[in-house]
This record gives sequence, structure tokens and C-alpha cells, in this order.
Amino acid sequence: MLIQINNLTKTYQRHDGAINAVDNLSLDIPKGSYVTITGASGSGKTTLLLILGGLLQPTSGKMKYNAKELDLQKEKDMATFRSNHVGFVMQSFALIPYLTALENISIALNVKENDKDKNRKRALELLEWVGLSDRTTHYPKELSAGQQQRVAIARALANNPDLLLADEPTGNLDPSLSEEILGILKEINQKQGTTVVMVTHSPMAAEYGNTKIQLKNGKLQIIKN
Amino acid sequence: MRLIDLTIKELWHRKSQLTSGLLAITLGIGVIVGIRTISVVSEKAVAVNLDNLGANILVLPQATSVDNYYSADIDAPTFPESYVEKIVTSTLPGVDNMSPKLSRRVKIGNENIVLTGILPKSEIASKPIWQQNGIQGNKVNASCAPKPGTAPAKYLDPKLQRKGIQDLAESDCFVGSAVAQRLNLKEQGTLTIEKKSFSIVKVLPETGTVDDDRVFANLHTVQKLLATGEQISAIEIMGCCSAISDGLLSKMRNILPDTRITTIGQIVSTQIETNRMMNKISLVFLIIILFVGSISIGNYIWANVNERRKEIGILRMIGYHKRHIYYILVLKALIMGIVGGIAGYIVGTLAAVWLGPQFIGIVVSPIYTLLLLSIGLSIFISVLGSLIPAYMAGKIEPFSNMQED
Repeated sequence: MLIQINNLTKTYQRHDGAINAVDNLSLDIPKGSYVTITGASGSGKTTLLLILGGLLQPTSGKMKYNAKELDLQKEKDMATFRSNHVGFVMQSFALIPYLTALENISIALNVKENDKDKNRKRALELLEWVGLSDRTTHYPKELSAGQQQRVAIARALANNPDLLLADEPTGNLDPSLSEEILGILKEINQKQGTTVVMVTHSPMAAEYGNTKIQLKNGKLQIIKN
Repeated sequence: MRLIDLTIKELWHRKSQLTSGLLAITLGIGVIVGIRTISVVSEKAVAVNLDNLGANILVLPQATSVDNYYSADIDAPTFPESYVEKIVTSTLPGVDNMSPKLSRRVKIGNENIVLTGILPKSEIASKPIWQQNGIQGNKVNASCAPKPGTAPAKYLDPKLQRKGIQDLAESDCFVGSAVAQRLNLKEQGTLTIEKKSFSIVKVLPETGTVDDDRVFANLHTVQKLLATGEQISAIEIMGCCSAISDGLLSKMRNILPDTRITTIGQIVSTQIETNRMMNKISLVFLIIILFVGSISIGNYIWANVNERRKEIGILRMIGYHKRHIYYILVLKALIMGIVGGIAGYIVGTLAAVWLGPQFIGIVVSPIYTLLLLSIGLSIFISVLGSLIPAYMAGKIEPFSNMQED
């Protein structure tokens, strides 16, 4: 099992009282699986994704990664966990605007490896893999939405993560581009064996997963394998 | 891509922010460099001026009037020549060259002239006790004149040229320009005063002061001629400017209580006060710029951090630690500090070189050692200002990039 979460709760304090975005949730995610998470707005799916990626600290509960318990409250450990094991693909692409496509990937590689030439070579390989070898010196604003998302995927794969987390990766794309991106994610899952967890509103996108989870008010409602 | 590459690209990406940030540092450092440069050059100019001026302290008998510094010794009462030794043996710091003199009005034909007895430098140098105590000036470290190793200043002011007379034999004399004109005297000619014949060694150039009406002869000859004994009417002293301001005059008054000791007050005190004021202004500006500069840079970096919340969130998301974020921001401040320090030095120096001659009438040269100080100060201000924003940036959540604009 890649991830095991037990009794995970995330509570937000609001002016009208406390609200559990994730409510006492337990879930196992096997290695190599493709999990899609759906649910209405405010159901807690993005909060769950953030906790899985070590971006957000839960209020309570435990999480194991490769059977090893993570200290979710240690910010430093979680930063190392993210750089070593997790890749992120976001709806807004999350690219740095003043860096070229190549540099946006290199900056992720630099977290673990300082060899400039080695990083450049790896970044070029990734850009070629996502079909953008002719766009290495282009800035995000010079790329189409689909191309930007492909750069984001290449960056997410930079450090060979075991886990790829995608938050509405097709939310800003038209249907044909959405299928292209979903196809790339499926290929990553099937050919590289990377575990993919994707949050989506789209029923069509959710069908790409081999495990489909639906959340309601922070609780697991349906799991389909 | 390394973090330094990222920092430089970000700086270049936001050129308008970079320009305004650099402008703030450059102006701040420029003001300090400009004031400091003028202040240092001004201090040197004062030292040279005082050296050119020669004596700036006059010791006179108690009853003398000092309406005019240059003529106060004429017909003044006298006091013993041994007072010179009293000053010398006291080893007061800040007392440089000394010159005793005796002045009296005498008549030559129908013309009134002033006969002044002075000791030439060679005669002063022949007195071992005066030498030991540094009466020649060079051995007195407290001198405000240029430091040892620098070329000795000349008496550039024509009014003071007679103070540099090296040799004056018993029957030689120097004559002022007005006396020479009225009595139709020429160099190598002779002049008879009170039945004593003098050879005219030199006719001094016109000075526009009472010195033009003087005839300078050897002090001991004049003492014999006027039958005053070993009496003098004044001692001219070159006092170090800083020593004067530190109470040299009152110390001298303790040694010679029955004398009147005065300075060319306006010249000395104005120059000292100007230098003091410049130093105070430098200090005040330094403190203001330390505060304002750090706050400005802090404000700039803070605005930059807010604008970059998403970017910082992205970096944190892909695994960068807080320390990397601190590093990026402090590195940015460091780069700005170095560039701002160099630019500030250039601007401040150019301003001083241009404004110095126009406003305070001194020629200002660049002080190269200030470059390192400028860079150091600029880095200090920039890095100090960036610390709080960098700390706050480290607190930005790694999912901040998910927040919509």
C-alpha cells in the first residue's frame, strides 16, 4: 500500500463555527493505482488532496506512506516528502511566469540536484516526452493552455515521484485538450507505474480512474473499484 | 537552474520595482557619500589653509588692544623674550611654529614706517631646546597641518610670505611694498634706520595689509636699536586647529597669566565649526538613512513578497524549504545592496565633485576607500530591511498558488 490514512480530520474555524472539511476519513491507496475523487463544491476533495501531498496539516489523524508513518505537523519533513515523492498538477498550471518552459522544470530538479548540466538534460528529456521540445525557451504566456499544462506535468515528473496529485487538471481546458491531458496522466500511471490521485468535477475525467471516490461533507460516500 | 539564477531573473522581470528600489538605496548612499566626501576634503582644506595662514595665535602683553590682528603688535607694551621658552618647555600639545617679534613705529625722513624685529627660521632652529620640543612643527604630532610624509605647505597667501624668511643677517632687512614705493627703495639697496644701515634683501610683494608699511629686520638687531633689552611685543604661534577648540588658549593663559592671547577667531572657529557641522550632518544623515533606507527596502521587499505569494507557494509546493525562501529574498536584498552601494558611491562622488567647487569653493577629489564603506553600508541596510519580509515569506503556505487572483 502506498498510502494509508486513518481517521483524518481537518477542521476550519469560521466566524459561524467550526467546520470539518475532511471528517474522520480513512482510506487506502494502493501503489500504481489511479484514483479519482469527485464531489460537490465544499465536499472536501481538494482539502484531502492537499493533505495527501503534505501541503496542509490535518487537525487530527494519521497517514502512512509506504507503511511508514509521516509526521504531518513537521513542516520541514513534509517539504522533503514533497520534493522526494510527490508531483503536483494544478488547474491553474502553477508555472512561474518569468521562467521559460525549460527553467520551470529545472527549478524543480534543483531542489534535489545542483548539477546544472544534468538538470538541463533531464528537463529537455521531459519536455520532449510531453511533446514540447520546440518550446524550451518559451515563457508561459507564449504557450497555449494545453501546452502550459503539459509543462506542468513535465515538472511534476521531474523528480520521478511515486505519487502524482492532480487538482482539476482539465478545469481550464477545452474538451479536446482535456482528453489529451487525461491521456498523458493515464500513460504516466500505466507505463511508469506512478500512482495518480486526481480531483475532478468532470464525470468524464473521473472515468479514467480505476478507483473512483465520491466525497460528501468531508466523508467518503462511494468507493468504486 | 540555481536559486541565484531565479533571483536574478525575478529582479530583471520586475524592472520598475527594481528601479525604484535601487533608486532609494542609491540616493541614500549617495547623500552619505557626498556629504562625507565634502567633509573629508573640507577638513584637509582647512588644515592646508591654516598651514598657509602661518600663525593663528597671537600672544600680546595684557594691555594691548587687538582691534586688528595684523597690527595689534605695533607700539604694544613689551614682555620678556623668555616667555617663548615658557611655552616651549610646557610641552603643550597643539603648539606648532612660534615666532617672537618686536614692532615699533619709526620715522625715516618724513615717512612713518613700522620696524618689526623677527627671528628668521635659521635662528629658531639654532636653539636646541626649541628644537627638542618641536618648535619647528614637524615633530609635533598634534599639528593640524598635513601629516608627515606630505609635502610641506608653502605660504601661498602673499600676506604671510615674510613668515617664511629662512635667513636674516644682523644688518639685513625685508621691506614692505608701500615702504619701498614711498622711499623709492630697491632690492640690494640700503636703508638707514636710527643711524643703522641695513641691506635690502628683498622687497615684499603687496599684501594690502599693514605689512606693506613694515620693514622686517632681525629681532636682536631691532632690540639693540630700540634699546628695549630682551623684550618682545608679540609671539606668533601656529596652533593646531583641533587643539585650539580643545582649550589650548586657556592652557596657554595659565602658563602666561600676564599676557593677552588671541586667535584669528573668525577664521579658525568658522572653519572648525564648519567641519564639526559637516561631521554632525554626516552622522544625522547616516542614522536617518539607516532607518529610512531599511524601512524603504523592507517595504519594497514586503510588496514584492505579496506580489509573489503564488510563486513562493509554487516553490514551496515543489519541495523548497523555508530556508530556500529566506535565501532567495535575502540574496535579492544583497544584490540590490551591492549594486545600490556602487551606484550610490558614483552618484555621491559625482555630486560632491560637481557641487564642492560651486557651493563651498573647494576642489573635491573622489575618496576611493568610501566605495567599500558604501557597499558595506548598502548591503547592511538592504539585508536588514529584508529580514522581516523574508521571515514572513517563509510563512506563506505551499498551497498559496491555488488561490485565485
